[in-house]
This record gives sequence, structure tokens and C-alpha cells, in this order.
Amino acid sequence: MLSKKQARTFFLGGTLVTFLVFIGLTVYSLSIENDQTNEKNLTDAVVRGKEIWEANNCMGCHTILGEGGYYAPELTKVIDRLDQRFGGSGEAVIKSILMSEVPWQPNGRKMVAYGMSEEEAEDMVAFFQWIGEIDLNGFERIVSPLAKERIEN
Amino acid sequence: MKYKSQKVAYWFFALSMLLLVLQITYGFIMGFARIGFDNLHEFIPFNTARAVHTNLLVVWLLSGFMGAAYYIIPEEAQRELVNVKLAYLQLISLAVVGVLAIVGYHFNYWEGRKFLEIPRPLDYLVVVNVLLFLGLILVTLFKGKRRTTTALVLSMGLLFAALLYLPGMLPFDSQVTDSFFRWWVVHLWVEGVWELIMGGILSFLLIKLTGVDREVIEKWLYIIVGLTFLSGILGTGHHYYYIGVNKIWLIVGGIFSALEPLAFLAMALFAVNMYRKGERKHPNKLALYWTLGAAIVSFVGAGLLGFAHTLPQTNLYTHGTLVTAMHGHLAFWGAYAMIVLAIISYSLPNMTGRKLYQSTRGRAAYWLSNIGMIGMTVAFGVAGVAQVYLERKFGMEFMAVQKEISIHFVVLVICASMFTTGILLYIIDFYKHGTPTDEALETRNS
Repeated sequence: MLSKKQARTFFLGGTLVTFLVFIGLTVYSLSIENDQTNEKNLTDAVVRGKEIWEANNCMGCHTILGEGGYYAPELTKVIDRLDQRFGGSGEAVIKSILMSEVPWQPNGRKMVAYGMSEEEAEDMVAFFQWIGEIDLNGFERIVSPLAKERIEN
Repeated sequence: MKYKSQKVAYWFFALSMLLLVLQITYGFIMGFARIGFDNLHEFIPFNTARAVHTNLLVVWLLSGFMGAAYYIIPEEAQRELVNVKLAYLQLISLAVVGVLAIVGYHFNYWEGRKFLEIPRPLDYLVVVNVLLFLGLILVTLFKGKRRTTTALVLSMGLLFAALLYLPGMLPFDSQVTDSFFRWWVVHLWVEGVWELIMGGILSFLLIKLTGVDREVIEKWLYIIVGLTFLSGILGTGHHYYYIGVNKIWLIVGGIFSALEPLAFLAMALFAVNMYRKGERKHPNKLALYWTLGAAIVSFVGAGLLGFAHTLPQTNLYTHGTLVTAMHGHLAFWGAYAMIVLAIISYSLPNMTGRKLYQSTRGRAAYWLSNIGMIGMTVAFGVAGVAQVYLERKFGMEFMAVQKEISIHFVVLVICASMFTTGILLYIIDFYKHGTPTDEALETRNS
């Protein structure tokens, strides 16, 4: 059976080794060669969209990249999904929801009326477009039936 | 209680109780909103309620951990806390930061990043507050007569928790990188360094309650925290499967997060074995209930239910669904809420001198809150699994699925009512103990 000293060595050694491996993998997976996010397309509009996303805590209800509040729909492939549903006018639908002065209530579940300006709504659309192009290791097929068809074709 | 300065712990625990009640209140607001009663939407929309609910959880647990440290460190270091007035100042500043953040959430003043919603200016106040706390604890420890493993592990957990708050403050333009480092805080807190804090408190309680030799308990403590880090650090990878980073995390995260239950299993076996081995039967049975309960429920909630959706093949479908809420509730309850309630149950009679060990109210609080929380977990689980099948497998619309599963939230609210009754009884018990007094000072048998 281990002595207390050996147990301490196990704790300190194991922690150090796994932490170093973790740092190595972090550097590897965030390196430019391994980019899956099309970082070159990260325009000022996308960054402004992300800031609006955060300033209004959209993640408190919606999910994006599968992370959020589980109260409102996943928005990772939202443009694709709404394009399919509204005959190709997904972006216009998103803008009208974000610019609306009255609460949007799909199926009775209320969303805050943000009353955004057209520029702000366009920044949000740019953000959703950029998110929608990220390679999510297969998750994009799960959250968008359209993406599934596209990948299979 | 052996040192007068340990009394400061009481006020941290009192703050914890107050914030816990508020947390539950906001939980009910969300539960009712999910079954269609969102009458408060104008003032408290769901995203506000959610941010308040999760942030209050973090703040009341941190307040509990801090109280635990103020109680444990003087006793382990065998000296008074270096500066009691500063400890009270730290308590007040913690409460002020917490209240400012919570009020701000009602006025769209936040940083909408899941679990880390506290706006940046308040982040700096949090850092100052935690530095003050750590200074008091670490100086007391190093000026003390002895440095026990229990005290070192507890302090190390608190120190690392403070350091790991920093990556969450780094600004990133990319949502993916932002999310990547957000998990450095959230995952490495709850599946890493917080387990050190839990292990430290558990070790202290087992030494006091079972009378088993400190050397035996502390050796096991090293093994458990060793297993925690060995699996938990690389286990962070289970958050990276599907957020837009390299596939290598599917393998690394899959293997190491599948090992994470081992640390919790070791903790449960360790606690039960120490109880069986123990020759001293401490009269404070309620503290023993909460201590053993924390070790066992954390294994089920954090270990088993975490394992249930941690493999990438499963997580592909469960990622971003209510299955996560199922795991989250029982994990936080077992691992962290129950250990805080355990140290309160142990220390309260020692600080106030009122030995309400055989309270029926206390036992009812334990069983009602636990059964209520298990019921809530089952309700979330059924809703989550149904959501996975309907939405992810059969491609139904999100809101159509939400309507189908809303009945499970009626069950959730009923179980939450039972849970709340238990918590209220616990708080009545807390109140009945009265406030701490120097008359409760004793030199042995505490």
C-alpha cells in the first residue's frame, strides 16, 4: 500500500504531467494550421455581432455551439434553418425579430424586444453567418437538417 | 470552537443561507416560465433569472467555502486568524459585489458569457476580494504552529480557484476561443480545484467525526485529489468536442473524462470506510449525514450522471440539451452544496454552544432536500432524453419539442417544492442555533 509520501508524489506528479500535456494540446488545437473557424473571415462586423450577443446575454436563453440556456432554439445554423423554412429569407427574418419593438412570441414563449438598429441587426447576422461556417466535428449535422443534406450530397 | 476568530465563519454561512434562498426563488421563476407562467417576463426575463440563479449558486458556495476556511484554518494551524476585522471587511465586500452584480443583471448590465456573466469592472472587485481572503488564510496558515495536509489542500484549492478566474477575463474576438478559455475557469473550477476544496473540508470533517488517524485520512486525500487532477485536467476536453476546435479533443476528452468518476468513487468509498473504521462516534449525527451524503451523492451526480453523457458518441446528441441540466443539478448539490451544509452542521453547534444534535427538523431537512433534488434530477433527465430523441433524432422543431416536454417541468416544480421545504427547515435550524458566542470556546472535544 502507498505511503503518505508516495501518495503526495502521485498527486503532484500526476497533476504536473497532465497540466503540461493540457497546455501542449491547447497550443496545438489553437494553432493556425488547425483552425476550423475560418478565422480569416472574422470581420469587424462579426466581432461587433459577438459584442451585441454578449451585451444582451443571448446565451441566457439560446444556445450557440451547443452552449447556453436551453430555453430558446440553438442558433448555430439559424440562417440555414430559417432559409429552409421561409423560402430563402432567413437573414431578413432574423433582422426583423431583432429590430422588433414588440416581444416576439413564437409558440407563446416570449423573447425580449431588443429594438435593434439595422446596423446592429446586420452585425448579428454577420456573427451568425460566421458561426454557421465553423467545422464543429459533426455537430453541425445534428443541429441543422439542412446541413446534413448538404454534407451527404 | 477553539479560537475566537473562528466565529467569523458564522457570518459567511449566514450570507450563504440568504443567497441560497434567493437562488431557489429564481429557480422557481425559470421553472414556471417553462410551463407557460412567465408573468414576470417584463421585469425578469428568462436570461436574467438564469444568470441570477447560476451566479448566486457560485457566490453562496464561495461564501460557504470561505466560511469553511475561516473555521478550519485557525483550528488546523493552531492559532487565531491574523486579522478578524479584515475578514469582516472581506465578507461585506463579497456581499456588495454579489448584490451589485445581481441587481445589474436586471438592467441588462452583464457580460453574457455562460456562468461568467459578472461585468468586467466588477471582475476586478472580485479579484481584490479574493486576494484579501487568500492573504488572510495563507498568512494565518504560514504563521501557524503546524501545516497539515488538510489545510494545505484546502488552501491550494482556494488559491488555484483564484488563479483560474483570470483566463475568464481575457478578451477574445472569436466566440470559439472565448468559449475555450471560459471552460478553463468553469470546468477547471468545478471538476478540478473545487474538488480540492471539497476534499479538504471532507478530510477535516472525517478527522473530527470519526476519530480515524489523521495520517490515514490525509494519505487518502492525496490519492483522491491526485485522481481528480489526473482525470479532470485533460477531461476539460469534453467541453471541446463540438465547439469548433481540433478532433484530438474527442479522443483525449473522451478517455480522461470517462476516468473522472473514479475520483468521486474513491471519495465515496473513502468516506464510508473511514466512518466504518472510526472508533469515535461523534454525537453530531446531522453533520455525519451531510458529510457521508456529500461523498455518495457527488459520486452519483457528478460521477455517474456525468459519465452518462461524456463520451463523444453520446455527447454529439446530448450537447446543448436539458441532459446537461440534469447532471448539473445533482452534481452541484452533491459535491458542493452538501459539503457546505455539512461543515455548517458541524461548526454551528461549536460556534454557538447550542448542541441541537438530535433535531427532528434537521433530519427532515436532510431527507426532504435530498429526495426533492433527486426528483428534480429525474424530471430534468426525462425531459432531456425526450428532447434528444424528438429534436436531435427525429428532427422536430425546438418549440414543438418544448411543448411536448413541458409536463416534466410540472414534476420539476413539485419536486423543487419538496427540496425547498427541506432547505427552509435547514435554515430554521440554522436560526435556532442563535449567534456565535465566546462562551462556546473550548479546548477539546470540538
